[in-house]
Amino acid sequence: MTVSAEESLTVDEGPLLEWYEQMAIIRQTEKAAYDLFMSGLVKGTTHLAAGHEAVAVGASAALRPDDYVFATYRGHHHAIARGATPAECLAELMSRATGLCKAKGGSMHLTKADRGMLGSYAIVGSHLPIAAGAAWSAKLRGTDQVAVAFFGDGATNIGAFHEALNLAAVWKLPVLFVCENNLYMEYTPISAVTSVPNPAADRASAYGLPAVIIDGNDVIKVYEATKIAVDRARAGDGPTVIEALTYRHYGHSRSDPAKYRPADEVERWMQRDPLLVARQRLTSLGVDADDIDATDDRVAQVINAAVQEAKDAPFPDPVTAFTDVWADGGSAWRN
Amino acid sequence: MAELITYRQAVSEGIAREMRRDSHVVCLGEDIGAAEGVFKTTTGLFTEFGPERVWDTPISEQAIVGAALGAAMTGIRPVAEIMFSDFFACCYDYLANEIPKMRYMTGGQVTVPLVIRTANGGGLGFGAQHSQAVENWVFTVPGLKIAAPSTPADVVGMMASAIRSDDPVIFFEHKGLLASKGEPAPPDHVLPLGEAAVVRPGDDVTVVALASTVPTAMSAAEQLAAEDISVEVIDLRCLVPLDARTVLSSVERTSRLLVVEENPYQGGWGATVVSIVADEGFELLDAPIRRVASECVPLPFADALEDEVIPTVDKVVHAVRRLAAF
Repeated sequence: MTVSAEESLTVDEGPLLEWYEQMAIIRQTEKAAYDLFMSGLVKGTTHLAAGHEAVAVGASAALRPDDYVFATYRGHHHAIARGATPAECLAELMSRATGLCKAKGGSMHLTKADRGMLGSYAIVGSHLPIAAGAAWSAKLRGTDQVAVAFFGDGATNIGAFHEALNLAAVWKLPVLFVCENNLYMEYTPISAVTSVPNPAADRASAYGLPAVIIDGNDVIKVYEATKIAVDRARAGDGPTVIEALTYRHYGHSRSDPAKYRPADEVERWMQRDPLLVARQRLTSLGVDADDIDATDDRVAQVINAAVQEAKDAPFPDPVTAFTDVWADGGSAWRN
Repeated sequence: MAELITYRQAVSEGIAREMRRDSHVVCLGEDIGAAEGVFKTTTGLFTEFGPERVWDTPISEQAIVGAALGAAMTGIRPVAEIMFSDFFACCYDYLANEIPKMRYMTGGQVTVPLVIRTANGGGLGFGAQHSQAVENWVFTVPGLKIAAPSTPADVVGMMASAIRSDDPVIFFEHKGLLASKGEPAPPDHVLPLGEAAVVRPGDDVTVVALASTVPTAMSAAEQLAAEDISVEVIDLRCLVPLDARTVLSSVERTSRLLVVEENPYQGGWGATVVSIVADEGFELLDAPIRRVASECVPLPFADALEDEVIPTVDKVVHAVRRLAAF
């Protein structure tokens, strides 16, 4: 069953302006991450989520602080939406001791466990069963927490996706499967390698799960769809699949210029930039454009300060390579 | 003397003891509930603890260990069963990339108190895809503790430690030992992980064994005693943490070492034990170190062929004789 989210604009300018600011923080953090990568201060790789901000912010707004979130290697936006600061994210990317994961994880593994953000996973689809397990745990412990797995369209063709949906359906787990469908699995159009037009939503019915396809660039639509699914999950009615249509502003990773994407397609999606959509909504609600610009300026200052804070932070002490393997804090595997 | 129990009964007993003392211990796996497990190693659990504590899963190895990981990260102590250890290959992403790395790559933010139990090993004619000893598949990945008991009492004691551990533990139950009998575990028996046992003292040759190869080594030692060759048998019991000290102190007395392992010679765990002894105990040795491991072919079906491939008493006897005569 594929249904559309109800059009019910229940959000007023207060939270929307707050969400706009969170999206701006993510956007500008990603821009900073890109610049830092290009200048050689971020090594390895990054998978930037600019363009996906509305999914993280809208969904997060519908969650409680004690709910669980699982993200992919393109996960900076989810870490920030759940309360990680730009400074600790950028410090992690820049291999600093003050990074979210003490510089042991890097861009692909941002985690903020004390805010329920239980990791970014770099093996495609691997975290869907893990999220189902967190939901199972909530059920076992008799809490009404929910778990949310965010994943890309590419993950819908891997076995773990299907095993997770089936298990979650059979056990009626309080879990949401939120696909950020940005039309490309890495460099290949998802439509070229998938048997159905809607890679996540069209699979849901095979597991008896409800699915909804939404405009993932409209933070209000994301919030509403997530709220409905969260309420279902908390009420004990089981999982929901949400397919949020969105688009990457950068390439897949690193310095990928994404030349495989047609210019007119890019242009069309840039017109649907989630920040632009939110700005239009705010304007129509009577918010002054100057106030929105002031928000952007304030965020720019925050991000500039975060970049500086990360740059000033120390690199990790080499001995910390040998901590955090075991629960006793160490790494001894033999006597 | 208390009545002997089987290794198979000890598995259920070990799990049940922990489920009684901690309501956060929950089991999941294929056919483990009402059916009580294909190897009958979860007998009585479903009856005693019910479907809220003992969960039957679909045939979805990734979902089993993935869900167990997610539950372990959020306050549960899951005991997941992978029916045959060969099926680790179906969920190896979780064994290699997820479970062992969660704590480390989050900078210590996440704790994974998780046990994955599995029926391991050959000798029963299950063929190439249901008979492998795959200790080396997990031994190659830092971040997993690995237990492989050889007696019923050790099963109970090590199960207690594994379930109470805040680190992920792979718990190998050897198929060839399930029907074997031994002393029952005393009440509240907890055997720390990482402690090898000298199960037969001897002076001439040290034989290091694990799980199924412990009784093999013991039979060989008995036979060799008649030839006046005194064999010391060490049951390693765990691969991680590895009790290298017990091995080295034995070699210090015997100056001869044989490692008997059921996983293949190529990439087998014995190679790591040998390299430690070569590195840190070279001057203790009076003979080359030897290994009896499975041959480097897929496991064949027929008994006559399987015996050619896996360690046997005859192979151990032969190897010890050569060492003693060196």
